[in-house]
Amino acid sequence: MTLKIVASQCTSCSACEAECPNVAISEKNGTFVINPKKCTECIGHFDAPQCAAVCPVDDTCIIDNAYPRYQPAQ
Amino acid sequence: MQELAQHEGAEASIVNVEAVMQQVAEHKGCGTSGGSGKASCGSAAGSGDLPTEIWEKVKNHPCYSEEAHHHYARMHVAVAPACNIQCNYCNRKYDCANESRPGVVSEKLTPEQAAKKVLAVASTIPQMTVLGIAGPGDPLANPEKTFKTFELIAKTAPDIKLCLSTNGLALPDHVDTIAGFNVDHVTITINMVDPEVGAKIYPWVFWKHKRYTGVEAAKLLTDRQLQGLEMLTERGILCKVNSVMIPGVNDRHLVEVNKAVKSRGAFLHNIMPLISAPEHGTVFGLNGQRGPTAQELKALQDSCEGEMNMMRHCRQCRADAVGLLGEDRSAEFTTEKIMAMDVDYDLESRKAYQAKVEEERVAKVAAKQEELETLAGESSDIKLLIAVATKGSGLINEHFGHAKEFQVYELSTGGAKFVGHRRVDLYCQGGYGDEDSLETVIRAINDCHAVFVAKIGGCPKSDLIKAGIEPVDQFAHEFIEKSAIAWFKNYLDKVNSGEIQHIERGDAEIRQGALTAAA
Ligand code: SF4
Ligand code: SF4
Ligand code: SF4
Repeated sequence: MTLKIVASQCTSCSACEAECPNVAISEKNGTFVINPKKCTECIGHFDAPQCAAVCPVDDTCIIDNAYPRYQPAQ
Repeated sequence: MQELAQHEGAEASIVNVEAVMQQVAEHKGCGTSGGSGKASCGSAAGSGDLPTEIWEKVKNHPCYSEEAHHHYARMHVAVAPACNIQCNYCNRKYDCANESRPGVVSEKLTPEQAAKKVLAVASTIPQMTVLGIAGPGDPLANPEKTFKTFELIAKTAPDIKLCLSTNGLALPDHVDTIAGFNVDHVTITINMVDPEVGAKIYPWVFWKHKRYTGVEAAKLLTDRQLQGLEMLTERGILCKVNSVMIPGVNDRHLVEVNKAVKSRGAFLHNIMPLISAPEHGTVFGLNGQRGPTAQELKALQDSCEGEMNMMRHCRQCRADAVGLLGEDRSAEFTTEKIMAMDVDYDLESRKAYQAKVEEERVAKVAAKQEELETLAGESSDIKLLIAVATKGSGLINEHFGHAKEFQVYELSTGGAKFVGHRRVDLYCQGGYGDEDSLETVIRAINDCHAVFVAKIGGCPKSDLIKAGIEPVDQFAHEFIEKSAIAWFKNYLDKVNSGEIQHIERGDAEIRQGALTAAA
């Protein structure tokens, strides 16, 4: 699984971009997006997804159910 | 945090916005800029009792010196949109509510664009002497962008003073870098020193990869803020503290804050009114938290004043405002226009211009001193407020109907003291009086006995008289303080002779919403 950013709520503050341990977040056409191929839900890095923890708008960085849960490499 | 630069009026004089662009707004974000020194932060034209080293640093800083505010301009650039805490008075869709005008979005710039903008503005507006990085966002939550901008500017324009506003959470980590860039003014927004109070203002902080909430978050924040303040003052960097006055939440507590920051070496404390309206979408706006009235704000500022310098001229400017405080020429300096400009940064002509401004300032102080002597020997307990329509340079040079704000002075036998700004935005659009807006103006200056203007129409004149506010236009284009003292002397004479009776005036309203340039 991965997180995604609800574009309509994103303020484009860029706070999440700097916090992502996997450099999965970038700016596209004025709002921020998460690359599902890079996002690990922060597993292996931090206790909680960093983008969601720093985002000023609640429920903007959320789990994207379109993808299976991230499996850490064993 | 973004604070708005709230300067209420008096800082450095304002250059005409229209004429020059001014982009000085302090940054919004958490830091605001400071005010001038003590002498009531405001109006004192001179160094008052500030130590010489501090006066040297602040005398040309529009945000710190109320008097400089009339003559110099500052500019803010928005390069740091990210923030590491959440404040209940902020809606980050917009500029920092605290510092800037809620509901106005600033243009985000890269450090390269920001540096070019600063140089373009400084070459057009020689009064531009201060660059601030403030909100939206916290400059220290975006350290690379902030310091890159400083680096680029310091290279080409070494005469521009750099300043920074922060919520303080990340401050202790960056003190050495700040010192390295010769940043001499840092503004920290400190709204509490008691975590219990803080929990009502800050829902969370993000610190070392973790979101903290409640009292724990507030404790972390206050510890970091006070530690950062101490570290800066130890290194001789000027620190101003901004506090947002939130009635019922931290209003009384701000006296404690004042003591705590003073004992740690802050040279100035700027207490700003909470700006909160439901349409700003902030937590406080939505839950009906009100801002203070003009009288409540002044009473708190007065009760802190014995302790240290208070800054009263802060107007809560938008972070990317260009101009003298109170003026906003941002529209002349959009990124598009700037990138197309050829910028020729001419240090010499800037110096020459600034020398001329110094002469004007000296003349203004001399005029005030002279007039003050005529008050010597008078004794009276009467203290009253007057409102002044001015475009800057310390002169009564604005038409009543064109004034976007009034500067308020307190008159007593001790002289004229600048005590704050009142925003009214435009009452006169294109020359037609509009009755409703006239009422707004009257409400905003309802605590004043008189309003000094360069010119005023017949209609508003009679309405003001009806409301008990005397319109005064005989001092058009003269120095504010000199004229105010002359008028006050005459007023006292009339009271003494029994011709008129002195009556106290009521309270006034603080206009919600940040200062924006006339559309
Ligand atoms: S959850 Fe973690 S890894 Fe995924 S985008 Fe957010 S910060 Fe990056
Ligand atoms: S932190 Fe939230 S609001 Fe800011 S850019 Fe990321 S998703 Fe958008
Ligand atoms: S949330 Fe951040 S940007 Fe907004 S006022 Fe607070 S410190 Fe400033």
